[in-house]
Amino acid sequence: MIEVKNLRKSFGDVEVLKGITTTFETGKANLIIGQSGSGKTVFLKSLLNVYLPTEGEILFDGKDINKMSREEKQILRSEIGTVFQGSALFDSMTVEENITFPLDMFTNLTFREKKRRVFDVIGRVHLEKSNRKFPSEISGGMQKRVAIARAIVNNPKYLFCDEPNSGLDPYTANIIDDLLLEITKEYNTTTIINSHDMNSVMTIGEKIVYLRLGIKEWEGDKNLLINAGNKNLIDFVYSSELFKELREYFLETNKTSIINVTTKPLSNEEKS
Amino acid sequence: MLKRLLNEIGAYFLLLGKTLRKPQKSSVFGKLFMREIYDLGVNSFGLVLFTSTFVGAVVAIQMFNNFSASSFPIPNSFIGYATKVVLILEFAPTIISVILAGKVGSYIASSIGTMRVTEQIDALDIMGVNSPNFLILPKILASVIFNPLLIAISIVFGIWGGYLAGIATGSWSKADYITGIQMYMPQHFIWYAFFKTAGFAFLIATIPAYFGFNVKGGSLEVGRASTQAVVWTIVAIIIMNLILTQMFLS
Repeated sequence: MIEVKNLRKSFGDVEVLKGITTTFETGKANLIIGQSGSGKTVFLKSLLNVYLPTEGEILFDGKDINKMSREEKQILRSEIGTVFQGSALFDSMTVEENITFPLDMFTNLTFREKKRRVFDVIGRVHLEKSNRKFPSEISGGMQKRVAIARAIVNNPKYLFCDEPNSGLDPYTANIIDDLLLEITKEYNTTTIINSHDMNSVMTIGEKIVYLRLGIKEWEGDKNLLINAGNKNLIDFVYSSELFKELREYFLETNKTSIINVTTKPLSNEEKS
Repeated sequence: MLKRLLNEIGAYFLLLGKTLRKPQKSSVFGKLFMREIYDLGVNSFGLVLFTSTFVGAVVAIQMFNNFSASSFPIPNSFIGYATKVVLILEFAPTIISVILAGKVGSYIASSIGTMRVTEQIDALDIMGVNSPNFLILPKILASVIFNPLLIAISIVFGIWGGYLAGIATGSWSKADYITGIQMYMPQHFIWYAFFKTAGFAFLIATIPAYFGFNVKGGSLEVGRASTQAVVWTIVAIIIMNLILTQMFLS
């Protein structure tokens, strides 16, 4: 579990995060949403300790990351998996080498053990035939799956994803969403996803934190979203005509979520 | 302007402070080191051989022309001697290092810069990897160890270039040239050349790495950083050359 208490972050005179307090629970897909410039990325990078907060606490299972010693931070970092917006795969390494990298750096596993674990996660993200390719030789969706595989290969306790669906077609985005949710349940990770994708919000948002101008304006789950009393949130989430109509339909039919309405489980053939 | 320069120099030394530490995982470091030996050193062989042979020939021809124009007679064997000394003291360590600054420096700055703009360095940091140490230290060691070898090869091929020029022009005999290159030369010239090369190699690895590491923006900025890195590395090499020459040869 990650607890954030009164988190503030300023760059010079500009205060980007204005006292955010929230909790991200273990085994849940926690989504941070908000318009561009709302402070989502700064919030995520503050959680990852890339930016030091101006004020406030970030507690990883009760321990404040900003008060940890270098060794403690090192241990914590090896328990964090991160999926970047642009995948951030090492382009000089093959898919397999990229996924093996955290094991090479942070474990003393034997060559055989590493291979076994890498092929487990490669299978998990359905990339069996691409393990010897370089990132430039695979599609954007496959790169995202490699990034997810690299993030989970070391069995992380915390999984951070920055816009995992950006630049992907809706079909691939759904696959990535499903994968992230499955991994969260299977590995019991505290998953935090920074997202713009309203489809992700509606389908995997077990906890949603809505940021606006550096302030947490609303939090709840996807089922509460439909009746959320926050106008800014409603305007943001239901900004497209499709979602507006969908909301009206939900309100008329007393439904609260689009899960099982727009997506269906993929067969193994479809996944591969 | 001066404040900015001092800031940059300070940031460069801070980056060096993070870089010059014990590698986190020696097995991973070993692999990276071998890859850098190949990318930075072995890949430069062709360029060094080609440049050294031709410049060696040019130096020998220039020596012949200058000695021929002298008002007092200078034996032809001095062409070999002068070519050898010029190559050892200046051409091989300095000019080849300047050439390597262009080739290797732009490679280092652009590869690290691309990693920066594509968030690969952020990924390393967040994983808990000391990114400067991971990315730059293998390059420093590979350059400092391998560049003296390149310079030794450059000296040999430069001298051979002079020898070939003699055969091609017929201006001096093989025997004179060989006698010249066998003439006594203080041994510390050789040590000076290698020491200087190691110093230049350090600059060639670290200055472009600094520029690449601090790129902000996109591909255009990576290109700019690469150009700036080469320019500042050459400037630093020239200044260091003057300082080392004054320290060791005056």
